[in-house]
Amino acid sequence: MSTIHPGKNIFVFIETENGQPKNVGYELLAPGRTLAEQSGQQLVGVVIGSHVEQCARDAICYGAEQVILVDGPEYEPYTTDAFSIALTRLIEKYSPSTVLMGATGNGRDLAPRISSRLGTGLTADCTSLEINGETGEMVWTRPAFGGNLMAMILCPDHRPQMGTVRPGVFKKRPYDETAAGEIIREEISIAPGESRTRLIERIKEVSESVDLEGAEIIVAAGRGIGGPQNMGIVEELADALGGTVAVSRAVVDAGWVPHAYQVGQTGKNVSPKLYIACGISGAIQHTCGISGADYVVAINKDPDAPIFELADWGIVGDLFEILPALTAAVREG
Amino acid sequence: MNILVCVKQVPDTTEIKIDPETNTLLRNGVPSIANPYDICALELAVRCKKEHGASVTVLTMGPEQAKAVLKECLSLGADHAYLVSDRLFGGSDTLATSYILSTAIRRLEQEHGVYDLILCGKQAIDGDTAQVGPEIAEELGRPQITYAADLTLAGEEIHVKRETDDGYDIIGAKLPALATVIKTNFPPLVPTMKSKLAANRAVIPVITSNDLEIDPARCGLKGSPTKVRKTFVPPRGKKTIKISGENPEEAARQLVEAFRQAQVL
Repeated sequence: MSTIHPGKNIFVFIETENGQPKNVGYELLAPGRTLAEQSGQQLVGVVIGSHVEQCARDAICYGAEQVILVDGPEYEPYTTDAFSIALTRLIEKYSPSTVLMGATGNGRDLAPRISSRLGTGLTADCTSLEINGETGEMVWTRPAFGGNLMAMILCPDHRPQMGTVRPGVFKKRPYDETAAGEIIREEISIAPGESRTRLIERIKEVSESVDLEGAEIIVAAGRGIGGPQNMGIVEELADALGGTVAVSRAVVDAGWVPHAYQVGQTGKNVSPKLYIACGISGAIQHTCGISGADYVVAINKDPDAPIFELADWGIVGDLFEILPALTAAVREG
Repeated sequence: MNILVCVKQVPDTTEIKIDPETNTLLRNGVPSIANPYDICALELAVRCKKEHGASVTVLTMGPEQAKAVLKECLSLGADHAYLVSDRLFGGSDTLATSYILSTAIRRLEQEHGVYDLILCGKQAIDGDTAQVGPEIAEELGRPQITYAADLTLAGEEIHVKRETDDGYDIIGAKLPALATVIKTNFPPLVPTMKSKLAANRAVIPVITSNDLEIDPARCGLKGSPTKVRKTFVPPRGKKTIKISGENPEEAARQLVEAFRQAQVL
């Protein structure tokens, strides 16, 4: 028995993998709750996976008023078909007005499949979410043209209105272990033939998982680093600061460092306390990924590099001289 | 093996500048290019062709000028090219675009047989939505694998190396299927003088709404569930404190002092 009012709720899809949630799902519960309160709707978390009951409970502690839980072995590992069947069925049953999803690899695989099946509108990679309190109509703001332009998108005549948001754009609400909320179990089984892709092999390339979104201090290298052999001076500074290394798109495109370390529009969105950009020119596709940083330092040879426009502190100079000096100065304390 | 590659002509977004006076986008003089990820998709198709033998067709939707990207694809190894173009299609969002492209693909398949594999770039660099590929797969009822770095044929199946956060998955799917392709690290395709000349001479057939069994209500601005309310240039600019020491050591010390005062560390 469900107490959810059709058409009067906001779904937040909480992606899981190996029974563990992706942070972005919980992050989205924060704006989701605000939007729901502003428009008199309920915030409903949707958890689909295998052995994910704890994720459902945690979703309530992070702000969901209700959670729909679909738990079964067919949901591990992720397949486009199983997840699109399950989520589409839930949307058809509960008729939410709005569906928010994380713009992870799998989220961006799944969301357009579902919006297309439902014949509704989807706005990708939103950086800001607003709602008309009376009509419940969303205003989705997203970057376009490599971040040079922001567009405000509406979906006036189709429901649900759907949008994806990149990890790191919003911060989770504090975990409230006393929060109460109903968990509604839905059984949706997927017949073997319904899932048309299969995982043959999983290859890990990055030895430890890279958590740029959660990093407090990031030292990032751009094309100016010259090659993978020079990444050592970046790593040493990051080490001295207790921070994490990241890179710009140019470095990944050159094949010097894996994509998992990339910050920017086609990489990760980060929100550290301190971001040190070394040899990064500051193309907007990069800088739109660091808009959440509290403090930005730019180190670049070119005094006209656009990165200086948004830096709190700028040093014009040769990063091969400045980084080792900075590492030494930090270590001296 | 019958392969179709969907390509898009886009403005080179790395060349876009902002007018600092008016804070508006300077579009003049921005070159139009083939979406780089679509060229990666074409590369995979041409590699399949060289290894297994395949016919490679490229398809784009856009105005007459978009023929330039089709000719580029022909010079790089595609065998056939079609332009989908009609005023009715202007202003389409991703859902309307994928509907139109799927309708055109079905039409081409009536004549040329089913495309075993449809490849798209993972996203276009102007919109960056990454939606049209999966939406075409859904419209055509085919399985999809996104973020492909490489693929191999294994009998009736395709094995795709799919990029993940911390490495790769190898995903198998029965053909026909659709894959979207990331930046690959293969040596880029290079046209020969001969292939360039042939591509320049090629006559590109244009598919219009008259050639298709298409519902006009699902095309163009009218057929698009999403509407752009407005666009704006994001605000930029901050007060930057320039740190200039007599030598790198001095600058470094000043910066660490600034960190301390701002309580960053």
